[in-house]
Amino acid sequence: MTAITTRAVGSSPTRIEGTAKVTGAARYSTEQDHLGDVAYLWPVPATIAKGRVEAVDSDAVAGLPGVLAVLTPDNAPRLETPDDAELAVLQDHEVSYRGQFVAAVVATSLETAREAAASLHITYAEVPHDSELTENHPKLSKPEKVNPAFPTDTEDGDVDAALAAAAVTVDATYRTPPVHNNPMEPHASLAVWLGHELTLYDSLQGAFAAQQALAKLFALPPASVHVINEHVGGGFGSKGTVRLGAVLAAMAAREVGRPVKVVLGRQHMFTVVGYRTPTIQRVRLGADADGQLTAIEHAAIEQTSTVLEFAEQTTVATRIMYAAGSRRTSHRLAALDVPTPRWMRAPGECPGMFALESAMDELAVATGVDPVEIRIRNEPDVEPESGKPFSSRNLVACLREGAERFGWAARDPRPGVRRDGRWLVGTGVAASTYPSYVGPSTASAAAEPGGGFVVRISAADIGTGARTVLTQIAADALRVRVEEVRVEIGDSSFGQAALAGGSMGTASWGWAVTRAGERLRAALDEHGGDGRLEVHVDTAEEVKARTGFAYHAFGAQYAEARVDLDTGEVRVPRLLGVFGVGRIVNPRTARSQLIGGMTMGLSMALHEEGVLDPAFGDYVNHDFAGYHVAAAADVADIDAVWVDEQDEHVNPLGVKGIGEIGIVGTAAAVANAVFHATGVRVRDLPIRLDKLLGGLPG
Amino acid sequence: MKPFRYARPGGVAEAVRSGAEQPGSRFLAGGTNLVDLMKLGVERPDLVVDVGGLGLDEIVVDSGGGLRIGANVRNSDLAVHPAVRRELPMLSQALLSGASGQLRNQATAAGNLLQRTRCVYFQDVSKPCNKREPGSGCPARQGDHRNLAVLGGSAACIATHPSDFAVALAAADAEVAVTGPAGERTLRLDELYLLPGEHPERETSLAPGDLITAIVVPPLPFGTTSAYRKVRDRASYAFAVASVAAAIDVTDGVVRDVRIALGAVAPKPWRAHRAEDALRGLEPTASAFRAAVEAELSVAEPLPDNAFKLPLTANVVVSVLSDLTGASR
Repeated sequence: MTAITTRAVGSSPTRIEGTAKVTGAARYSTEQDHLGDVAYLWPVPATIAKGRVEAVDSDAVAGLPGVLAVLTPDNAPRLETPDDAELAVLQDHEVSYRGQFVAAVVATSLETAREAAASLHITYAEVPHDSELTENHPKLSKPEKVNPAFPTDTEDGDVDAALAAAAVTVDATYRTPPVHNNPMEPHASLAVWLGHELTLYDSLQGAFAAQQALAKLFALPPASVHVINEHVGGGFGSKGTVRLGAVLAAMAAREVGRPVKVVLGRQHMFTVVGYRTPTIQRVRLGADADGQLTAIEHAAIEQTSTVLEFAEQTTVATRIMYAAGSRRTSHRLAALDVPTPRWMRAPGECPGMFALESAMDELAVATGVDPVEIRIRNEPDVEPESGKPFSSRNLVACLREGAERFGWAARDPRPGVRRDGRWLVGTGVAASTYPSYVGPSTASAAAEPGGGFVVRISAADIGTGARTVLTQIAADALRVRVEEVRVEIGDSSFGQAALAGGSMGTASWGWAVTRAGERLRAALDEHGGDGRLEVHVDTAEEVKARTGFAYHAFGAQYAEARVDLDTGEVRVPRLLGVFGVGRIVNPRTARSQLIGGMTMGLSMALHEEGVLDPAFGDYVNHDFAGYHVAAAADVADIDAVWVDEQDEHVNPLGVKGIGEIGIVGTAAAVANAVFHATGVRVRDLPIRLDKLLGGLPG
Repeated sequence: MKPFRYARPGGVAEAVRSGAEQPGSRFLAGGTNLVDLMKLGVERPDLVVDVGGLGLDEIVVDSGGGLRIGANVRNSDLAVHPAVRRELPMLSQALLSGASGQLRNQATAAGNLLQRTRCVYFQDVSKPCNKREPGSGCPARQGDHRNLAVLGGSAACIATHPSDFAVALAAADAEVAVTGPAGERTLRLDELYLLPGEHPERETSLAPGDLITAIVVPPLPFGTTSAYRKVRDRASYAFAVASVAAAIDVTDGVVRDVRIALGAVAPKPWRAHRAEDALRGLEPTASAFRAAVEAELSVAEPLPDNAFKLPLTANVVVSVLSDLTGASR
């Protein structure tokens, strides 16, 4: 071992597990092949939207060769009451939404389980349901707080007076449809019991939190539950907490006395894993003739289920974006007979900024001020809501850098006037933002007898590159080369750590890994490098002490849109994001995160929509033929860059999260470009050809 | 998946015999649609007769430029065949606009023709569907019908046929060669596909055991002036929301002959005979094209969410024919 001075942070090593993944050597959760006879569980979704299960007739199924168990509300093992009501699977006979799991079959093969599940005869007592969110829904009410713990409403100054006095106003209603989490790897769980000890291999975004939740559900000491999530094929928030599949797997494995696998089918992904609520958002802006805002009002309407209250924080970004004399934000929620909406990449900021940043474009048009300039004019000195200084804020730098790179200066503001053959061409811009969260984490670091170091932390790499960047961070803290460090993640036995969620992984885990590395380095320097040495750290105190600033990342996204005059088909040949996101640990994986978010934002802009059939109360296009996500051909010249941003307040590494900001603002940038191309303002996503066709110039 | 027997016949006659003897049997070729439907429980065959080993995978070009396409020719092979690209570009373009590269490598020519509708209600066994379960009802009229039929539907069913290839074949007057228990016969595409009427469960005139062995495309001298245009909700890997296959022969400044077929608007590839008749003898102008397609669409019965298909289809017909003839717009 040789202490070195070159830093690994800032370099671009390839993913450490990349070769293992592409060669198949990496084992995802249900790919453990050392467990012997594994059984398979297939869940049975309710075919009514509201009512009760009266009976599950399993006689015809129970005798089939290969069927090991039929779990029903009548015979399923009782669980302790969970904090998350969605997890109380098969604990009662209530049906709260179509697709809710009401039974499950365990069999020796997947095909047998699935066929038996399809053959179960279930009778229901059905009652009328109400699944359609509307602007004036009688069930709309004010939630106590919005996710995770923001005030539901805020008011600052006299919005009504400012609007009445404003030289220019915008008053528009924007709608976003339900959009569905569909990581490439569906939720996948494999449970194994050894006596009273449960081991769960799962695709979750946080092993430690899952361990705690499962221990509670099954009335076990946490030490008797071991959760392993070594490799995870995407999550977007839908795997943030322990989910139904894990509970069913654990329940069933104990019943049948052998390991049980549960891998959700694609159709299940549209009901039981949480999706982004539809929103109806009214935005009112007041400004003087030069586009200086005097009033911002942002009111969101959204839905939750009757199982639990999830209130997305749709308007919180509006509280911090722009300087204005007065601001009012609110959320109203209707508990409908629908699947429970939950977290999906940038909950709140993503749909909220579609509305706000579309409205800012409308204000730019109304005032004749350039869309980039109007945002710069409304840049606040401090966080508008709290009055706190920003730990760093580089929205203006991002807007300017983007304008330069994109060639914005020559832009003719008139809509609908540029043609290239049968294409109409336009450009648009929007701002991005996402909070820079951090969570307490523990980590350990040890010098290994044979040389080298091992760092252990219960982090999750959901495809982000977390394992790789933590290795870089550990190497720097230890002052050694990355090749000398092995970072082990994805194991609840490594102790408490933050989730791979809220874009806080690198900040939170990196903090703990830094402290562990530094402490081990110091111990080694003191005691010498021989022998076995291991240190444990916990950042709880340090993290709690972070205060005094407003912590957010910002960015600007530029889009070019082309719209076919004959068909209304939209193409986005160019998409550029410029971000101020603190220190970049690994440019290669960072760019991948940012353009991944932008691609998902493009997908939201043009394609994604869960189509509700109110008669059934479910999302009927529940597969990849019916529910479109952007295909490779939809993504042309896409790039993400970042401005130099040094933030000494945000956390010791100076990093901000980059997992979610890329999806924030993209849809508005695209919608604004489509308006510039066509003169048609689409305020309800996705921007499909039938919404444009009637309004295109002849 | 329901347990089923699996047979690999040694020849066409044996395949036909197996298929005819066992009610509820299905022929398996590429499997890109059938296997999905079996997993969903939409198809529940007792016997799967795998015709993948029967050969039937040659493309024969006759001296006049006509084609005989073996039933098992892969979509991707057919799309790049030099004679297809030369004589009937619309056929190649239609194939390449369908599905994805991986699926085209697997899917066969005859399988493409016999794929089932992607109507969401048909594919979800927890919901009623007259096509899947006769008499159970059709939720689409009141529900999700944005991509369903505006032409040729019935009170019982407004499902659309999803194939691109079949639309181009319809424009080319193609036939299918069928071997059945009673011997061989050929069917025009118009005879192969049935409109739903009161029996949407009957999609084709094929009887149990009938096996398509080839697709026969007669020579089309002006097929070189043909094109297929597909409009869809994303740039690739999506079913059409409107499509047009057209070939046109302009001689001495007038339309001597024209073929137009429409996709994604009807339960079968929709040959626009009315529009063709209206155009013959006229000067090829954008306004003539528009009047012709509007005549065709005058019998349409749109619903609230699919009414956009009428102006869209009209625009695409005008666009394709204008591009083929150089008519100014």
